[in-house]
Amino acid sequence: MSDRLEDKIKQFVIENFLYGEPEETLTEELSFLDSGIMDSSRVLELILYIEETFDIKVEDDELTPANLDSVKAVAAYVRSKTGVLA
Amino acid sequence: MCGIAGLQWNADRDARAIVERMTQAIRHRGPDSCGIHVEDGIALGHARLEIIDLAGGSQPMSISEGRLWVTFNGEIFNYVELREHLQDRGHTLHSHSDTETILHLYEEYGDDCVHHMNGDFAFGLWDASRKRLLLARDRMGVRPLFYARVPDGLAFASEIKALFTHPSLHAKLDPIALDQCFHFWFPIAPRTGFVGIDELPPGHLLVSDANGIHIRQYWELDFPDATEEVLTDEAAVADEVAALLLDSTKIRLRADVPVGAYLSGGLDSAATAAMATRIKPGDVRTFSIGFESPEFDETAQQQQVAALLGTRHVSTLSRVSDIARDFPAVIRHVERPILRTAPTPMYRLAALVREHGYKVVLTGEGADEAFAGYDIFKEAKVRRFWSKFPESRLRPKLLRRLYPYLPGVTRQPPAFLEAFFRPGIENPCDPFFSHRPRWSLTARIRDFYSRDLVDALGTYDPLEELAANLPARYANWHPLSQAQYLESAYLLPGYLLSSQADRVSMAHAVEGRYPFLDHRVVEYATRISPSLKLHGLREKHILRVSMARFVPGDAIGRVKQPYRAPDGASFFGPNAPDYVADLLSPEAIAKTGLFDPAKVSGLTAKFRRSPVTGARENMALTGILSVQLLHQEMIGSI
Repeated sequence: MSDRLEDKIKQFVIENFLYGEPEETLTEELSFLDSGIMDSSRVLELILYIEETFDIKVEDDELTPANLDSVKAVAAYVRSKTGVLA
Repeated sequence: MCGIAGLQWNADRDARAIVERMTQAIRHRGPDSCGIHVEDGIALGHARLEIIDLAGGSQPMSISEGRLWVTFNGEIFNYVELREHLQDRGHTLHSHSDTETILHLYEEYGDDCVHHMNGDFAFGLWDASRKRLLLARDRMGVRPLFYARVPDGLAFASEIKALFTHPSLHAKLDPIALDQCFHFWFPIAPRTGFVGIDELPPGHLLVSDANGIHIRQYWELDFPDATEEVLTDEAAVADEVAALLLDSTKIRLRADVPVGAYLSGGLDSAATAAMATRIKPGDVRTFSIGFESPEFDETAQQQQVAALLGTRHVSTLSRVSDIARDFPAVIRHVERPILRTAPTPMYRLAALVREHGYKVVLTGEGADEAFAGYDIFKEAKVRRFWSKFPESRLRPKLLRRLYPYLPGVTRQPPAFLEAFFRPGIENPCDPFFSHRPRWSLTARIRDFYSRDLVDALGTYDPLEELAANLPARYANWHPLSQAQYLESAYLLPGYLLSSQADRVSMAHAVEGRYPFLDHRVVEYATRISPSLKLHGLREKHILRVSMARFVPGDAIGRVKQPYRAPDGASFFGPNAPDYVADLLSPEAIAKTGLFDPAKVSGLTAKFRRSPVTGARENMALTGILSVQLLHQEMIGSI
């Protein structure tokens, strides 16, 4: 698997929310909310994944669609928290 | 309460044998005795659970020297008053059963006989002189009644499995019914889960004679429109609700066997049991179910209510291993896909009732529909309030108060909570405004459909079909009334009364009786002002005010906790039964052809990795497993 941050996040979403849906259906810009991928339990799953995988603490005021609503948004948020450039 | 079967035939010499097989298939509904009547044109079968007039109530029953015959499942609770009424009009009744009143009422009033009945009933009545079969089902859909056209006539029965003993009927799952279940939790009556098998909808009659088969509605749930007056005097309404419910409970205690009561720990069953103890002091036995997880368990509340009421109380624990073990039996009885395991502990509870020698229990079903107890009513009210000022930052904060028992909601980031409940608020005139978020979430199960199922469904939209079925007056009703209608006319008979009540209790020959579903209570409740039912965000306000005179302790003020049971977690872990892995294997999924094997494997892998709390995943897992079991039970091994 690629080390690219977007690919890791994409892999998580495909495995846990899309159950093997063809990778090309999940573009990095696709809104999790608008596409129906996200629901109230899955937000919590996504937050847990981010905190455990990237060893960061997601603060309450960071729990926004701007940070969590697409592969691209999550990757950008993780980078902003960790300084990782991958 | 019993099981009924019948075959209207033209030239079938095997009619007796067919109806005997049909009746045998539902003997669990009536293990006490069995009867068959065959004559030119009709064969009627009856499996009896003896409750009223143990000696004289055998069926099928006839009057007028065999001119009228009936096979009847259920109870006519006002039969005592009807007997007097009929005798006053010159009828001579030979038994003390409620069954006989049906025949005399028909003799007196024809098909309008149903308007005189206060009860839960499904019956087939044969008018021999007119070669005419009348099928009837109670107003709210408490008792089931299915039928199918067969080459030589019409077959009917209390359960679908009886119909499949007819040599010309074969089980085939209906893709549209599956899609409806995976949107709403129920198939839209008359559709059932099976092609060629119909359900007589609640409040309907079916007549089959030389002119063909004709179905008509004799009762419909109706609400006042915007121009009509509603009941607003809180004290007067509370008094009337109490009087109606007390009488409703009183006539539902009529039986020649002891009547028990379920206790859930909430207001509705506490009220039912409390009224029963008021009517029969010191003579009420109560039954409850408990769970291992505190998330679902209400044992403490149940014991508190039982102690305050002084009932003889007994409870049983439903472990996740029990749910997994009993689930196949439950599917065999409910005969349709289900998206929650909640009917399974109710199956266990009915077994407990039977083990204690009881055949009849009172339950609190129907209160949440009539008096606005469900969270979905509050959710819709908050969303509608928000829709008037969509940019408000304060109004959506009320969403957090809606589901205090769901950690997935209470811990939800506010921005996401708003995002989940926002869809649809721009269209407050949407007839499905109240239910759209819930149905949209449920419909995500479509993501697991196989390509074949997607192709079979084509452009079919279950919401369009449901919208076409709504009454003409629906658009003029108060929004709360609209939401109540969707719950009462559809989810109640289509899921709660069937899968979670009749079918799982009758699996153990236990009859449920529902004081809140007395048509007088239901009709009166429709006329109560919406603000007395849902007062601010206080659910069932008027019922609480009314029942405070009967219910001791704090059950009156308790916030509703919906009855739920562990879903997906029941089917995984070290003690999971083999059938789960077998039926959810890629090979088994591919064989039934309804779901995508790879995605189902992904779903089961997620459950095996760690506990999954999401409603979407749990409904998908339970629903897919139920369809696989349904296929195995009704169509053939996978």
